[in-house]
Amino acid sequence: MRTRKPFRAATLAERHRKGQAMAAVFLGATVFAVLSLLILLASVIDQTAGYVLVEYGTSEADVFPPGEDGSVPPIGSLSSPELIAVLSDNLGPRRLKALELESPLEERSRGDLADLVLAEVLEPEIVRTWTLFESLSSRSDILAWSAANVPDGALMFRFWLSPDFLSRSQSSDALFAGVRSAIIGSLMTIVLTVLIAFPLGLGAAIYLEEYSRDNAVNRFIKTNIYNLSGVPSIIYGMLGLGIFVRFLGPLTSGAAFGLAGGVAGDAGPGGSAAGGVVDAAVSAIVDGRTVLSASLTLALLILPTIIINAQEAIRAIPRGLRESGYALGATKWQVISGHVLPASMDRILTGTVLAVSRGIGETAPLVLVGASTFLTKDPTGIFSKFTTLPIQIYQWTARPQAEFRNIAAAAIVVLMVLLMSLNATAILLRNKYRSERRG
Amino acid sequence: MYMDINAPGIDAPAIETRAMNFWYGSSQAVYDVDMKIRKNRVTAIIGPSGCGKSTALRTFNRMNDLIPGTRVEGQILFNGDDIYDSSVDPVALRSRIGMVFQKPNPFPKSIRENILWGARINGFEGDPDELVETSLRRVYLWEEVKDKLKKNAFDLSGGQQQRLCIARAIAVGPEILLMDEPTSALDPISSGKIEDLMTEFKERFTIIIVTHNMQQAGRISDETAFFLNGILVEMGPTRDLFFNPRDKRTESYISGRFG
Repeated sequence: MRTRKPFRAATLAERHRKGQAMAAVFLGATVFAVLSLLILLASVIDQTAGYVLVEYGTSEADVFPPGEDGSVPPIGSLSSPELIAVLSDNLGPRRLKALELESPLEERSRGDLADLVLAEVLEPEIVRTWTLFESLSSRSDILAWSAANVPDGALMFRFWLSPDFLSRSQSSDALFAGVRSAIIGSLMTIVLTVLIAFPLGLGAAIYLEEYSRDNAVNRFIKTNIYNLSGVPSIIYGMLGLGIFVRFLGPLTSGAAFGLAGGVAGDAGPGGSAAGGVVDAAVSAIVDGRTVLSASLTLALLILPTIIINAQEAIRAIPRGLRESGYALGATKWQVISGHVLPASMDRILTGTVLAVSRGIGETAPLVLVGASTFLTKDPTGIFSKFTTLPIQIYQWTARPQAEFRNIAAAAIVVLMVLLMSLNATAILLRNKYRSERRG
Repeated sequence: MYMDINAPGIDAPAIETRAMNFWYGSSQAVYDVDMKIRKNRVTAIIGPSGCGKSTALRTFNRMNDLIPGTRVEGQILFNGDDIYDSSVDPVALRSRIGMVFQKPNPFPKSIRENILWGARINGFEGDPDELVETSLRRVYLWEEVKDKLKKNAFDLSGGQQQRLCIARAIAVGPEILLMDEPTSALDPISSGKIEDLMTEFKERFTIIIVTHNMQQAGRISDETAFFLNGILVEMGPTRDLFFNPRDKRTESYISGRFG
């Protein structure tokens, strides 16, 4: 009898080995990616809480009314009138007047007044901050260092990402800075961006997929929409600066609608400090660096992505669905509005939200169209000056003081939460439409 | 068993083609076809794959207009009027000549919406519940779905979906029903139900059915047209065509020698 040779045994082990080696490489790549992400997240979160060593310019005992037992009451226990009394006792008349002008002291909330007392009277100064990891792992070292170097300082554990951080507006002092204006700015900008980009993008996609003839011009347009989606965002920023801020300034600043005076004096670099003369000069200049300009620029930026996504969604609708509509005597628009759009809406919306997620994180184009890096007032409308979260983060990380890195980290967490909620919305929308149609 | 189509009282044809030629771009799919489709009859179009039978069917409601680069020559008369005349709006034409496709393709909506959509876009203003019920009853689907009209049409079986598509087509109130291999994606029992429907429907509609299945053509049709390579080889009463074909090619095809 003939013995059968094992089938290609010589190369079989070798082939298996190759396969296992490749699997190991793929696993390695995945592990590397996950680890990098975890390290990134950890380093961000590490910065958002930790010990802060603060030295007060004025001691609490010197300014607060002593309690019944002679001890110094904590600032949290003082009432509004008491806080106002502390302010008027310790601030110069000029500063008091300026504060009254911003908003009368009597009308301010207790929290605002407490902040004012802290910032204006006690004048805390950060000596040093520690990260969360350091604070937890070497607490005794921190205590020892503080006692040795700044004996009269106050050491406190601080969560930089706090309700106060979310509700306060910008300040040049990291202890009092917040992201309220930036969150409102980001949300206003992105909502307006969607309102502009979604109808335009969907309309263009419908035209290109359903109505346009397959000729050279349309093929050229389609190709270039793909190319546009790859253009660096800073180029869009320059476009936005040239067209929306400069050329269309009268429109985007609201001047054409008689709004410029009130808005230009609002805030902005040098606005409040420089005084009335400069304010008047600023308001005379048409200034298109507004929420509207930013939204138009971002809309242009995400438009190609929205168009491409919507085109692909529309193209994915099977011909049978359209034909069964036409066969019942439907017009083209009846087929599109009755069947093509409802059936492709889940993909269109998903694509749009993903494009918007990209837009909300953009910094470069907004720097160019003139996002304010320091803004103490919230944007109130589409003709307001604005700042956004990425701009705020960018500006804080550029500061030399270590504590700004802490609030930048806190702002990064806010931005990430915002982005993740957007993506979650995308998934919910997709599931909603998908469960409505199926098949 | 079969109706005698030569009996007196047969009026003008529902559809008549005169020297119909059809092109996809530069390749011709249908050559010089002259055919008359009788009113209130079931006419079957048979032939091997790619013989132009579906193409011919789709010219009758100008469905081919939707495919870029197609071209028709000759005349196609519907009740005596040329449907390719410039004054004819294909949208209006299609509401009078309904169509059922090979693959059941209900809309991704509720059963009820499937029936109502076509009627609504054509300006239906009557009682929607009544329309849904009568349309579903005509295809014997009512008893099966009357408790789940709000359910998605994709919940139905393939055969039920196809009957729903037929109900959807007749809800618009057409005069002619074009059926493009309506049972080829279905099991024999579902196919049987649809064949039964066609026999009933011919009192109300003129039915033209394209089919691969010669037994089916033999069972349900009054007249049969045999296409080969884009040419109408032979057309006549189904019994004559099956038992006494005039053309050699028809005989070969029917006896299973090719196709």
